[in-house]
Amino acid sequence: MRAEDAAIIAGIAQSKVSRGVPTDPLQLTVDSCLRAIQDAGLEPGAIDGISAQPGLVLELPGMSPVQIGDLRDALGLTLTWFTAAREGPGHLISIVNACAAIAAGLATNVLCFRTVAESSGRLGRAAGVTTTSSTTLLGREQYYVPLGGSSAANLAAVLTRRYMFEYGLTREQLALVPISQRHNAALNPNAIYQDPLDLDTYMHARTISSPLCLYDCDVPIDGSVAFVVSQRQRQFDLGHPAIGIAGIGCALRDANSWTQRRDFLSMGANDSAAMMWGRTSLKPADLDFAQLYDGFSIFPILWMESLGLVGRGEAGAYLEDGRHRLSGRLPMNTSGGQLSAGRLHGLGLLYEACVQLRDEAGKRQLVGAEVGVVATGGGPDGGCLLLTRGSSN
Amino acid sequence: VSTHGRTKLNTVVPLPFVTPGTAAFWEGGAQGKLLISRCSNCSWWIHPPGPICPNCRSRDVLPTPASGKGAVYSYTIAVHQFHPAFPTPYVFGVVALEEQENLRIYGILRHVSPDDVYIGLPVQIAFRRVDRIYLMEFLPTGGGQHES
Repeated sequence: MRAEDAAIIAGIAQSKVSRGVPTDPLQLTVDSCLRAIQDAGLEPGAIDGISAQPGLVLELPGMSPVQIGDLRDALGLTLTWFTAAREGPGHLISIVNACAAIAAGLATNVLCFRTVAESSGRLGRAAGVTTTSSTTLLGREQYYVPLGGSSAANLAAVLTRRYMFEYGLTREQLALVPISQRHNAALNPNAIYQDPLDLDTYMHARTISSPLCLYDCDVPIDGSVAFVVSQRQRQFDLGHPAIGIAGIGCALRDANSWTQRRDFLSMGANDSAAMMWGRTSLKPADLDFAQLYDGFSIFPILWMESLGLVGRGEAGAYLEDGRHRLSGRLPMNTSGGQLSAGRLHGLGLLYEACVQLRDEAGKRQLVGAEVGVVATGGGPDGGCLLLTRGSSN
Repeated sequence: VSTHGRTKLNTVVPLPFVTPGTAAFWEGGAQGKLLISRCSNCSWWIHPPGPICPNCRSRDVLPTPASGKGAVYSYTIAVHQFHPAFPTPYVFGVVALEEQENLRIYGILRHVSPDDVYIGLPVQIAFRRVDRIYLMEFLPTGGGQHES
């Protein structure tokens, strides 16, 4: 059985998000998970699987502070299957693994969660020192951190400059990503930043790593988001629309590297987007919205092109036409995204996709949202899901 | 950042954990050489270094001196300081080496001002020694001098 055909997203929940306030990450996690379980129409005793990404990360305070075992013990769950994927095609691999486990008969109701304490995790640390605290490096990090690429911001900036060089993207065009998302965030009561952002403010913001300024970089927060992935036969037992999974993209077809891919600008996004469209009869024209990873403002642009929403190099003109806006033909990052609503490492974008498909998005609700894509990751890591209102696979 | 001189400063640079597989790359600078793995069968340059050629899967792979010459493929001016070992501003870029289309290496670009750097700028490698590791940096071709 295809993983897509076995499972639905039955329950969702997101905590309040905050900045600069000490929080207990396990408390946040328990709160979001209990709400997601209730939303799925279940009792905690019905949960028999947990899937996380990336699992506990010791070297980056607050980046992923909760271990699966902590959550199991807190809730007293009886599990038949659990895993955390530190390596994989982006943040959505927790959902993909849950679908695969259900298809394989190893679990029936899988709790997926992502908790961050990246705002409070930085309290007391030296100002501005936000990168790895490791002093010895293995794997691909060793090929950029010691050489001056201290942060993903530096790598994304290099990517952005190359894109500008090849396709003539301007900073004014790039600014349309954070500006439009801030507009959407004003309609999201749980967004960190809701005040309007204008071009003048953007152009005069401090540079982080040129050509990226402050507003091109997403916002560290504390918060937790949780999902329950269930067997598809539960889809009519929920009291709300089930979220169907029409296509999974979780591929890697070229180097696991920011620099060695033959096509420097393609990212892992290209690989997973091609895989996802190859597993469905739906087409880009069927999409009602796109939730695209925006750790940095260049990433949604590269995802748009990888997903075939716009031709290669044409994203600047696409943004000027306003097709990505809430009122446009294909609204993007309708919650404000990570740039304005806060960084839940991709899973906040999945939450927004589900909210839109369930017609629960309040003032920012899109009319008749039935098909949407959520795509997360940057550089060589990228994965995507094609989601539908109800499951008709 | 320490005020006690270079040695103290260097200790806070996050460094690669050198293995037998990566030693040639990270320590080649001791001989003034950029040693990149190369397949003896199909001549493919392999980076990061690995024990097998991903192109033809030959196991006949050897660290091989590369020219260290190339051109700036893209760059950024790092302004926000993310790490105490890397005072800002500095020019950070990715250099396309002349040996092979996708053979690109990150590094700090020295002796070129933020106003003068451009995509396509010809550069050559230099090495900055930290402990027993030789980190790659790049200088404009012709304006190079060895830093250690």
